[in-house]
Amino acid sequence: MSNDAVANAGDTASHQGAKRHGPPVKRLMAPAVLFLMVWMIVPLAMTVYYAFENYNLMMPTMRGFAGLGNFEILLTDGTFWAALGHTLTLVMACLAITVSLGLVLALLFNKTFLGRGVARTLAISPFFVMPVVTGLLFKNMLLHPVYGIVSWAMRTLGFEPIDWFAHYPMFSVILMISWEWTPFALLILLTGLQSLPEDQIEAVRLDGASRLQEFRHIVIPHLGQVLYVVVMLESIFFLTSFAEIYATTSGGPGTATTNLPYYIYQNAFFQYDIGLSSAAAIAAVILANIFAFFLIRFVAGNLNAGGQR
Amino acid sequence: MEQKSSLGLAVIGWLVAIVMFFPILWMVLTALKTEQSAFSMVPEFVFTPTLESFKTALSQNAGYWHYAFNSLFTSVMSTLIGLALAIPAAYAMAFYPSKRTDFTLVWMVSTKFIPAVGVLIPIFLVYKTLGLIDNNWGLIALFVGMNLPIMVWMVYSYFKDVPKDIVEAAEIDGASTLATMFRVILPLALPGLASTGLLALILAWNESFWSLTMADHDAATLAAFIASFKSAEGLFWAKMSAASVMTVAPIIVLGWFAQKQMVRGLTFGAVK
Repeated sequence: MSNDAVANAGDTASHQGAKRHGPPVKRLMAPAVLFLMVWMIVPLAMTVYYAFENYNLMMPTMRGFAGLGNFEILLTDGTFWAALGHTLTLVMACLAITVSLGLVLALLFNKTFLGRGVARTLAISPFFVMPVVTGLLFKNMLLHPVYGIVSWAMRTLGFEPIDWFAHYPMFSVILMISWEWTPFALLILLTGLQSLPEDQIEAVRLDGASRLQEFRHIVIPHLGQVLYVVVMLESIFFLTSFAEIYATTSGGPGTATTNLPYYIYQNAFFQYDIGLSSAAAIAAVILANIFAFFLIRFVAGNLNAGGQR
Repeated sequence: MEQKSSLGLAVIGWLVAIVMFFPILWMVLTALKTEQSAFSMVPEFVFTPTLESFKTALSQNAGYWHYAFNSLFTSVMSTLIGLALAIPAAYAMAFYPSKRTDFTLVWMVSTKFIPAVGVLIPIFLVYKTLGLIDNNWGLIALFVGMNLPIMVWMVYSYFKDVPKDIVEAAEIDGASTLATMFRVILPLALPGLASTGLLALILAWNESFWSLTMADHDAATLAAFIASFKSAEGLFWAKMSAASVMTVAPIIVLGWFAQKQMVRGLTFGAVK
């Protein structure tokens, strides 16, 4: 409590101080804000502009305002809708796997057992593996139809080995991404479990609450917040999955694993269609924003709660 | 009973750990084999380890070192520049909060949610005009942009842990804002700044989207080096594994030390 008083006194003093010295708040902030403006906001605005332009690098003379032309082509392109579908499949499947598995593992690693620290450290390691490495590792040494260790295991057990990336491409991509991101869910949910409000738990215990009530009224709401953060953050990352696909299936076979980022990459770098790929990029931004909207609201809410504390 | 259940837990816990870690372990083992034994229908679990593959991966023309240098240079420089931009901004917001502080912080997070493909095309075209394609500095700037929101948030949350009266005391003693920042606050927040830098370094080193689209040779990073094995089809599995081990090992080890900071940084301080 006395801390608050000190902090308040500090606040007033800093205001007076501000008037005396005039701390260069704006000058301190400007570099970071300007940098983000130049590297994120300006390009975003340019993407919007290109989306309404006829612009193909192969046909430099055919520039000009396209109106909604690019969007019309986009919305009638089956590959775009397929890519949108793949993106959502990938996000939903990876979310379901990583969050449920992450939760189970977090509950497991929240218990004490011999060598828990080392086991946890090993279990979270996949998160630090570069996505390109993950891709090649799974495609070759693990899931190769003849020489992969999984094929060997299947032969040993009397099954016919499967060419995973050819016959179950989406499943394989989901498997790789889930392997990388389950540790992330595990790590954050575990931190959440370990920061349960002890005082509240003790209070309800003193009030004679049962374990079930304790779990329902304290653990679930507290963990609910953490789950929310995990789901939102992972969605943002899963929406932009690229390197795992680049290193393994290159979007194929056919377009079976072409997600939105890969679709945009192909249209820009192989079809040179700046207008169309910008229109697709706008779709990707809108999709990301649907998810981000909720997360940002949460972060902002958290900020105010932090201020009151 | 207690004893038994905790033994059961240990078994399950270690089983999980081994299953999750197995692909990495298998990569390390493959890296220690000869090319023939790496590419075999019956995997060899017992073999005489050799460093041959590491040697080939290191010695080849424009081999590992070229890419490793680019990875190291871009991730270290982007981390340093990121800190140089993030520290003053976070300092201003933590110690001189105004009505706009919350808005600025949230705005910074929101830029993190612009997917990279959303800005890929203009950046590619502008970079092409400016000659920044396949250029270390072009990549560095992108890594800074990618990490800056996270870094500002992290540094901000560490500054918030420093009692405000310390700044007061320094100012009453007549220290300027910059002197206070450099001599008083930064030393106090040093552990926090170090973890911020560590997280930024890990994220930049592992970054693959910009590395694969904006650089193909001169500035190509390890992500591109590994991706160049894409079509190897069994010919160079041991070499590919050796290169991969040298690419991920330093980061996995750093990551082990940065677990807690990862959580704080990647959740924008929402989970500590």
